[in-house]
Amino acid sequence: MAGITFIKVSKIYDNGYEAVKYINLEIRDGEFMVLVGPSGCGKSTTLRMIAGLESVSSGELYIGGELMNNVDPRDRNIAMVFQNYALYPHMTVYDNMAFGLKLKKVDKKEIDRRIKEVSKTLDIDTQLNKKPKELSGGQRQRVALGRAIVRNPQVFLMDEPLSNLDAKLRVQMRAELIRLHQELKTTFVYVTHDQTEAMTMGTRICVMKDGIIQQVATPEEIYNKPDNLFVAGFIGSPQMNFYRGKLVEEESKYYLIGDNGEYGNFKFSIEVENKENLKSHIGRDLIFGVRPEHIKLTEEDGLKAKVMVTELLGSEVHVHIHVQDEIHTIKTDASTHIKSGDIVNVKPYSNKIHLFDPETQNALR
Amino acid sequence: MNNVKSSTLFKIIIVLYLFIIIFPFFWVTVTSFRPEAEIWSANALKLRGATYTSANYVNLFKTTILNSLKNSLIISTITTVYVTMIASLCAYSIARLEFKFKKLLTVIILATSMFPQMIVIGPIYRVFVKLGWTNSYYISLPYSMITLPIAVFILITHFSQIPKEMEESAIMDGSSKINTFFKIILPLAAPGIFTSAIMTFIGAWNEFLLSLTLNTNEAWRTATVSISFLRGQFEIFWGQVTAATVVVTIPTLIIVILFQRQIVSGITSGALKE
Repeated sequence: MAGITFIKVSKIYDNGYEAVKYINLEIRDGEFMVLVGPSGCGKSTTLRMIAGLESVSSGELYIGGELMNNVDPRDRNIAMVFQNYALYPHMTVYDNMAFGLKLKKVDKKEIDRRIKEVSKTLDIDTQLNKKPKELSGGQRQRVALGRAIVRNPQVFLMDEPLSNLDAKLRVQMRAELIRLHQELKTTFVYVTHDQTEAMTMGTRICVMKDGIIQQVATPEEIYNKPDNLFVAGFIGSPQMNFYRGKLVEEESKYYLIGDNGEYGNFKFSIEVENKENLKSHIGRDLIFGVRPEHIKLTEEDGLKAKVMVTELLGSEVHVHIHVQDEIHTIKTDASTHIKSGDIVNVKPYSNKIHLFDPETQNALR
Repeated sequence: MNNVKSSTLFKIIIVLYLFIIIFPFFWVTVTSFRPEAEIWSANALKLRGATYTSANYVNLFKTTILNSLKNSLIISTITTVYVTMIASLCAYSIARLEFKFKKLLTVIILATSMFPQMIVIGPIYRVFVKLGWTNSYYISLPYSMITLPIAVFILITHFSQIPKEMEESAIMDGSSKINTFFKIILPLAAPGIFTSAIMTFIGAWNEFLLSLTLNTNEAWRTATVSISFLRGQFEIFWGQVTAATVVVTIPTLIIVILFQRQIVSGITSGALKE
């Protein structure tokens, strides 16, 4: 078991492309860290630097307190699960799992014992003599996991391991990975572009964009207190709605005002934790964000908008409305009778509004 | 509708192509069982001959053809083994490693296979005479000129088709580069190795000009050259030539039939989720 520390680490490829820019990141021992972001954000490169499959261009990378910049991948005692499993097709499941142990010259009986034990917990103990091509996608995924687990590594790296599974299996494997992490108590570093996976699995989440870390925090914190516009928009599904408006003060209370074209102006009251911090933003343009579940339909004055589409999801309805030339989403319960073309009045909860500086895009708190 | 049409057309083309390829061999086989006299008679162009005889084969084996076949077999086997070994290492480096002038090197390898043999045979002959290598199995060495570039090219394609993750996975498992090459890459490239080995063997087996020039002693002749010597002062023994052609073709035929499963079978299936 080991923690991982990045100190001012950059990765520049030979063609000059800077995949990771000057990141500082501390992954704690035994933590389930999820690296999440859109494609090309540098999350896979970061993972591959931990693995040693990519060199570190500058900065320092420590695993378990030891500098790893120039350590060979095979001397790092790290296991990696690849997106496409990368099982050895010419070997049986048993040999796939034994490959790493044989290279380490582990005793044959011990290899056998470990494989039997791990294959049992992963429910693949009846498949040991089969070749990978005889297995289903889910089973192959388990073998790939098993191959990593038997080696008893100090860190597990996973590069989008669930993205090739169908939706049902993905949910099942997600739970299984969480269980595995709790059992093994080893450091997991998990790369995904799927924010649901990040939210459900991570002890902490590291959101990346363009090679830069945007925020590192627990799922709750990321969801409730996003540091900037990108994090706010990336985490959460459907995504957060953003409005352009101004902050005003009336009778020592704060309000947000803005206009929605032909449907007139709107004015929301807002509760802020620290009024002093926002003083300087009064009267200035800013962006405010509200999650779809934090907007209610009202009869009284609020934001007037036209309904474009409604989607019934069974337990709830997503109402898509046209606001400031964008489509916003509101989550409401399934009993609603709203249809496309209706004009609705909506209002956010005054304590659930996130404020952002339009220039720096950072959160204002 | 279009699909059906094009697949029918495709089949017709294949049948025509097969006919063109197979007919000469068929004709050679038929001719080899005809008496020498009949080959030049009015019956020559009839599909069924008047009489059949094994005399051509009996006469053929009275010559040194068996010794030549042995030479061909040894020389082709040596060529196949060392060319395949060099080609797989070379192709793997080109397919996987990053180094300067890689493209240029690849082009040069391909270009060497395009030199007309007539041009290079002079210098090679001089070198062989100087080294005293004429009339020996050393002839396998210049055979790489014909076979190596093709083998390298076949293998580059196969190596680059092996997913990179396979190697990375092995490296993460603690495997060294060379161990990964032998334990993971080579088994996965087996169809390519077989294909290139067979192409090399056939290339070496069919070689004529180098053998004719370098191994002039009858005891060192290869089969292809021996066939060309099946002649008297005023005539060519066509019966024996055709019989020898059949005999010489048989080993390559056997090899292809034996290994076609390995060539065709895609053993990489199931490795990755596509």
